Amino acid sequence: MKSSALKRVDLIFESVNVREILDKTLKRKPEEIIQDVLDSGLRGRGGAGFPTGMKWKYTAAEKNAVKYIVCNADEGEPGTFKDRQILDEVPRKVFGGMAIASKAIGAKIGYVYLRGEYKFLVPKLQEEMEIFHAMMKEMKHDFRLELRLGSGAYICGEESALFESIEGKRGEPRNKPPYPTTSGLFGKPTSINNVETLVYTVMICKYGADYFHKLGTTDSRGSKVFSVSGDTPKAGIYELELGMTVERFVEEFGDGDTKAVQVGGASGFCVPRKKFRDTIIGFEGVPTGGSMKLFNSSRSMYNVLHNYLDFFTEESCGQCTPCRVGCQQLLLGVEAVKRGERNSRYLDELVKLAGTMKIASKCGLGQSVGNAFKSIVENFKEEIIY
Amino acid sequence: MLEQVNLVKELADKHGRRRDSLIPILQGLMEEKNYLTDEAMVLVAKELDISAADVYGTASFYTFMDTDVRGKYVIRICKTISCSMKGKIEVLHTIEETLKIKVGETTSDKKFSLLETNCIGWCHKAPAMLINDTPYTELTPQKVTEILQEYMKM
Repeated sequence: MKSSALKRVDLIFESVNVREILDKTLKRKPEEIIQDVLDSGLRGRGGAGFPTGMKWKYTAAEKNAVKYIVCNADEGEPGTFKDRQILDEVPRKVFGGMAIASKAIGAKIGYVYLRGEYKFLVPKLQEEMEIFHAMMKEMKHDFRLELRLGSGAYICGEESALFESIEGKRGEPRNKPPYPTTSGLFGKPTSINNVETLVYTVMICKYGADYFHKLGTTDSRGSKVFSVSGDTPKAGIYELELGMTVERFVEEFGDGDTKAVQVGGASGFCVPRKKFRDTIIGFEGVPTGGSMKLFNSSRSMYNVLHNYLDFFTEESCGQCTPCRVGCQQLLLGVEAVKRGERNSRYLDELVKLAGTMKIASKCGLGQSVGNAFKSIVENFKEEIIY
Repeated sequence: MLEQVNLVKELADKHGRRRDSLIPILQGLMEEKNYLTDEAMVLVAKELDISAADVYGTASFYTFMDTDVRGKYVIRICKTISCSMKGKIEVLHTIEETLKIKVGETTSDKKFSLLETNCIGWCHKAPAMLINDTPYTELTPQKVTEILQEYMKM
């Protein structure tokens, strides 16, 4: 049983004639486009996995003269770097996806929110935007793009925080509901989609919903771009069919001594060796926005956990107490256990705290700190204590 | 001072005077100088007719909008685990020794500031750092020395 189950796919970076796809797609009815995206089974590729077709359908249903499509290019999850590569290599496909979305939902303006760390891409993207605008004009499709930059805040990848940031404010997440599809950017109905998701919509329009639907599993249709790093001889970006187990993934990318894989970055889950075989990478198992970090047996999982908690403590926006104080206390807590000032039972208290954060935090950041915390503490308890 | 007044006006003409113009204006100021002075923030507030506290409140939220004095070249070395696993600490020590500053400090000639930052999206080519907007990857102590020497000449 070698890695035959790992199927390479080439949809995202495939060189295609975007103009041709748009010529065909923009002539279709919005309902038809949305139905295709629904039928494909595409779910958001930023990590949360909301069905893209539903997002478009809800936004399309809103009766408002002004609507927006926003491309979330605030790729900040530790270990994720695929959106940078996509924007660098196939920006036309990303903008093409936004044009398709604009037709589907009825938006005339689109925003691209790029993380400040990727500012070096700006000249290229601006140039590409000019070409895009000329193309829109020729095609008589009333749609314009605006480029906005982040300034080093991880939380702005959270959709409502991202809106706040475009609006010129502190990037603090909003309460939900209302959801962006009813009240998003500037209070208008908004569909916000990840870079990779938008490119897939272009490919679904090119090859049809069935083509995409046939790939992957019931819960995780299609393929996905993975960012592979850590203890691997093959670090890089790979587009793979969804539905593989962690075991298959490690066979392909491991260094022969993999002890754990962190799937989904700091806000994702740690899968230990004993669970490789039974864990599927996808929405039915461990979901990921792309981040796949491999750790071999020379690594201390305490250091990994400490690094993630330090990250969250710094990146928590501080607005809600469960997240602000919770992150700090988890960090101080594991440090105290490591120094022997607290006994190992204290870890159980901390796991409970992480559980509380999941329920009580306002947004996805605080809600997901417990994913890495619980999965590392429970699987590598002795490394945390000694 | 007059120079700053003109710059703020210029940026406001370019980006507009609405609330959502604020961040592009502040980012424009950051391009001129690697940090925001109190005076500049007050000028922006006047130009957009909002309170200076709002401007400061917004600026201070974003890690890349420094309100402390920074050098001409701001080095941000990635401190996320993937970079640490690939020898980031040796690279950091080399920078500290070469520039004679620690993380969080600025050289006395105001040329370099050294900071740590969270994942900058180059884990497959770790360790990585940014100098202003430019990423540098697959760093080694030798490579980072050469890079710094180039900047020292500038």
